[in-house]
Amino acid sequence: MRSFAYDKAGDAPSAVAAGGQYLAGGTTLVDLMKLDVMQPAHVVDINGLDKQYGEIEAGKDALRLGALVRMAEAAEHPAILRDYPVIAQSLRQAASPQIRNMASLGGNVLQRTRCTYFRDPSWKACNKRAPGSGCAAMDGVNRRHAVLGVSDQCIATYPGDFAVALAALDAQVEILGTSGKHRLPFGELHRLPGTTPHIETSLSAGDLITGFTVPAAPWLRRSLYLKIRDREAYDFALASAAVALDLDKDRRVRAARIGLGGVATVPWRAQEAEKALTGKIIDETAAQSAADAAFADATTREGNGFKTELGKRTLVRALLQAAAMEV
Amino acid sequence: MTFTVTPLRRWRITRRKLLKGGMGLLAAGAWARFFGFFRHARAAETVRPPSTITTRLRINGRDNTFKLDSRVTLLDALREHAGLTGSKKGCDHGQCGACTVHVNGRRVLSCLTLAATADGKDVATIEGLAEGKKLHPVQQAFVDHDAFQCGYCTPGQIMSAVACIKEKHAETDADIREYMSGNLCRCAAYPKIVAAIKQARGATERG
Repeated sequence: MRSFAYDKAGDAPSAVAAGGQYLAGGTTLVDLMKLDVMQPAHVVDINGLDKQYGEIEAGKDALRLGALVRMAEAAEHPAILRDYPVIAQSLRQAASPQIRNMASLGGNVLQRTRCTYFRDPSWKACNKRAPGSGCAAMDGVNRRHAVLGVSDQCIATYPGDFAVALAALDAQVEILGTSGKHRLPFGELHRLPGTTPHIETSLSAGDLITGFTVPAAPWLRRSLYLKIRDREAYDFALASAAVALDLDKDRRVRAARIGLGGVATVPWRAQEAEKALTGKIIDETAAQSAADAAFADATTREGNGFKTELGKRTLVRALLQAAAMEV
Repeated sequence: MTFTVTPLRRWRITRRKLLKGGMGLLAAGAWARFFGFFRHARAAETVRPPSTITTRLRINGRDNTFKLDSRVTLLDALREHAGLTGSKKGCDHGQCGACTVHVNGRRVLSCLTLAATADGKDVATIEGLAEGKKLHPVQQAFVDHDAFQCGYCTPGQIMSAVACIKEKHAETDADIREYMSGNLCRCAAYPKIVAAIKQARGATERG
């Protein structure tokens, strides 16, 4: 690991003014510093801001999650378990209990890809780590790589789960920057790789995520997160689906919210699938049409062709399970 | 922590001198050394001076103050500076759980925790579990059930199991397996670990 100056932020404005690399749980940053993938010269520890940004408020109109809430706290919060099951499940199925005790929600959505070629600097070609150097994954071992939102520069998968739920649920991100506070629709936080895979978010230098707001909505009670992995626990998604359905008494879909994980370069909102479902009576045929719509633009490489079918089946199963929920 | 810090200026001057001197007739072996030398010089350009932090850790109820390089993890602070080698370094990347300790009562991975960020906190390690010669119920249960083979992951397993029971995540076998999933055992003692936790769960509830 390269040496760095370490400071504890006493308050949020001084954290933002410090202009360093923020450190909360450290589960991504310390790992990537050891691998020499991240090389911050100045680390600003923001854990002391937890009085201000460590609260969960489950109100009537919205759920507000402070950025320094730990994954485990949100995953086990009674109101989230009851009223926002998709959020609780996305968190509980992520990482391990130790990591969930450490990792902050703000840091979690900014988790970096697990692409092997990104994580191992002995591979020279990685457009995300070294812009313009090429992409070793294109013709390398790419079984775990993305099929949606890819470019000819990068096919690295966004690895998280919680962000997939936030993407589906029209969440807002609260940001404190050098020029004050602002909010961003969650869907605008992550950027597609395009020709600049090294720029992963729309955050500016110094921007600090302070929290998330998830608006209350009729589809939240009938929501779930289904995650398919190589092993049943403590693994990243090969494919996952965050789904939320609002059904009328004839089981017709009034509204659907769908996010996909493990298959895309960013937390993926499947709006084509939502449109395909709206107004339909929910059954296997409707779910299959929605899944076909979600993966219509899938682009596969040699190793990850299976992800299109796996992603579709994951979404179909998630939709049918959500439809069967007693709410 | 194994960087050789090379004075940048001296390398540059040397490189320039070498270039001026003309390298055309060097033998193949010397060429290889020459390019290796350039690689080293490039690496040296990004080496920054180390930075020192002070961290106060309350380890197993005793206060300690350490002056450390900012890069030192809690795991290395425990093992190399506090002399507590019970917490193990397995993968050193948060994937195996061998380094599990409790910070302010919650189980965390000490290999991904900078010692600086644990400043002022309570740290509990495997060394603090037993009361004198009396093993903690979870330690005793691991012995009773032979819940290990090589033993390397065991301190992490036990610290994780103590927390797992306290969190009430040890109610069913499925829960135990899920909530112990952050601790890998390459000897695959998993069935015996589950049995040990079930025994300890009862002992902890009774006592």
